[in-house]
Amino acid sequence: MKKIDKERLLLGIAAPVLAIVVAFLVTALVLAATGKEPFSAFGIMFDYGLKSDSQVYILNKATTYYLAGLAVAVGFRMNLFNIGVDGQYRLAAFFAAAVGGALTLPGALQIPLIILTAMIVGAMWAGIAGVLKVTRGVSEVVSTIMLNAIATAVIGYLLQQGRLGHLDEAGTKISTKPLPESSHFFEFPTTPSPVWGFIVVAVVAGVAYWFTLSRTRFGFDLRTVGQSGSAAEASGVDVKKMVITSMLISGAVAGLIGMPTLLNDSYEYSGDFPVGIGFTGIAIALLGRNHPVGIALGALLWGFLERGTGKLEFEGYDKEIVGVIQGVIVLCVVIAYEVVRRFGLKRQQSKVGAELAAQAARNNDQQEVSA
Amino acid sequence: MRRVSKITAACTVTAALALTASACGESSTESSGSDKGKMKIGMAYDVGGRGDNSFNDSAARGLDKAKSEFGAETKELTAKTGETPADREQRLESLAEGGYNPVVAVGFAYKDAVDKIAAKYPKVNFGLVDSVASAKNVDSIVFTEEQGSYLAGVAAALKSKDGQVGFIGGVDLPLIKKFAAGFQQGVKDTNPKAKVQIQYLSTGSDLSGFGSPDKGSYAAKGMLDKGADVIFAAAGGSGAGSIEAVAGKKGAWSIGVDSDQALDPSLAKYKDTIMTSVVKNVDGGVYDLVKSVKDGKPLAGTQTYTLAKDGVSLTTTGDHLKDIQAKLDEAKKKIADGTIKVKTTT
Repeated sequence: MKKIDKERLLLGIAAPVLAIVVAFLVTALVLAATGKEPFSAFGIMFDYGLKSDSQVYILNKATTYYLAGLAVAVGFRMNLFNIGVDGQYRLAAFFAAAVGGALTLPGALQIPLIILTAMIVGAMWAGIAGVLKVTRGVSEVVSTIMLNAIATAVIGYLLQQGRLGHLDEAGTKISTKPLPESSHFFEFPTTPSPVWGFIVVAVVAGVAYWFTLSRTRFGFDLRTVGQSGSAAEASGVDVKKMVITSMLISGAVAGLIGMPTLLNDSYEYSGDFPVGIGFTGIAIALLGRNHPVGIALGALLWGFLERGTGKLEFEGYDKEIVGVIQGVIVLCVVIAYEVVRRFGLKRQQSKVGAELAAQAARNNDQQEVSA
Repeated sequence: MRRVSKITAACTVTAALALTASACGESSTESSGSDKGKMKIGMAYDVGGRGDNSFNDSAARGLDKAKSEFGAETKELTAKTGETPADREQRLESLAEGGYNPVVAVGFAYKDAVDKIAAKYPKVNFGLVDSVASAKNVDSIVFTEEQGSYLAGVAAALKSKDGQVGFIGGVDLPLIKKFAAGFQQGVKDTNPKAKVQIQYLSTGSDLSGFGSPDKGSYAAKGMLDKGADVIFAAAGGSGAGSIEAVAGKKGAWSIGVDSDQALDPSLAKYKDTIMTSVVKNVDGGVYDLVKSVKDGKPLAGTQTYTLAKDGVSLTTTGDHLKDIQAKLDEAKKKIADGTIKVKTTT
């Protein structure tokens, strides 16, 4: 039993490692094709990416990415493809920023209120897709991607002067009213720059994710539905309820994605609030195999790549190279998982076959002896 | 087997720890020495960067001019889509730390980052295009887009035969609304009976309206069908679509933006229908800052590049404005002496 686990673990690690190695090889080829020496580029990236201020940057970035990965992974475990994480977190962050800017309560009250607003808005927005799927059979892929566009339009409509927008003195930047000082989230006073306190929330979310999925009945039901809806239904799981619940949870976690930026960095929602993190989350959930630790590693890797390539641009390399590496990693991951899965399956089959053959031979021997 | 993997694990962990520990102490920004001799100019572009045929390119022209004139060393970094304020801060910081002075941030999205980093590096001079920063060592370079657009509105009203003109904005950002407001006022002041159709191609954080010629083309066609015969597109790359659509209707004029679009090689086919372009002298703003730093008297505070100072202007390529130049000059004079106040919001 234990031995099989170890082998599974090895195979599990083999896929992402293989993917990353292949991705770096492909990137090296691309760099070479652009006439640059690839290995010094990797040298720059690693050297720079491990400096203390880079570590802080990577941790802060990874906090956001980790939450994005979790939000997507909740859906994935249920076989739901929530592409709408992107719209969910933006809408959630927008309303949370608007609520936070409008109130001036003590931080102990206001910060939870802001976070709660974000989670509820995110959950509601994702819930729409869940309800549509359950009542009308609309694929969540279609509905969530449409809801992304609608979220953009809703924010665009509300983020105007005279509505929830607030024009700066130069008259060029529009944002929600900045959060009062009291609602700034705590930071770890590391040097040279602080680590965002929201990393604690991300860790808690990760633990909660792990606990819910692997240690509760709900998590068991969720995974069962993910593996086979009809089998789950037959064993008494209310699949419709599970779809809606998991969409709500996925949306609520998505609501957290914007919070590190909002509460630890920008303190307002403006037109330049980061977009597209929902899609990054998909890549990271894939990379981390929906496992809470795997997602964390994926998020850190993503942060590292972005940090490292920022330096590459400074050193005269093309800034697009990070996109190439990231894209190739995702592609390689998907392929590597399939390759490793097939390899594992084959290995298992041949092993079982060998064992069966051995058993059969033994039986034959015994029969001969007894005869 | 089990033993080996345990040892491997132990080694890996130790190595990882050692790596982290050794890295913890050293910051990437500690090991830089700036040589005083040569001037080093750092540029942080907005999304699109050099080569966008628009706003960033205009800043790049200013940089190129300063570079060739002062023999300066330059470093250009570009924003990516979907980045956080922290990314912009780090971009400026890496330039400031690398000994670049001045450091110019192109685009209002850099405002907060400039506020933070300029305070951290009081000895470095910063430039901020299109927004106003609070720190003392920042030269805030802003333009009166509404004044240039007002003149475009005057020209449009005078050239339109049926009094119907259109405005296409890329994204409904406050900056683009300044263009719309000035244009509308210019049209109405010249011909009170004229009708202005205003349309934006995308909203909020969806910046696709700046890069979709197809959207520009559809919007322009819609306006032309409703009777418009002059269309001003302040929509970045989408403007090309509008200009193309306008060229398809006989007697209709288009007005370009940011750079002289009648000189744009990719639009050469339509240059006879481009009446004029509203241009912002971003290159001048950038050049002025670099020169002031070179001269040891760095600009700081807010520099407003107005119509009176040719910070914004109309281009005259093709001489399509000749017949109405007198009226334009009159309007320009009135704006300069304050008789006409141009609104910045519609």
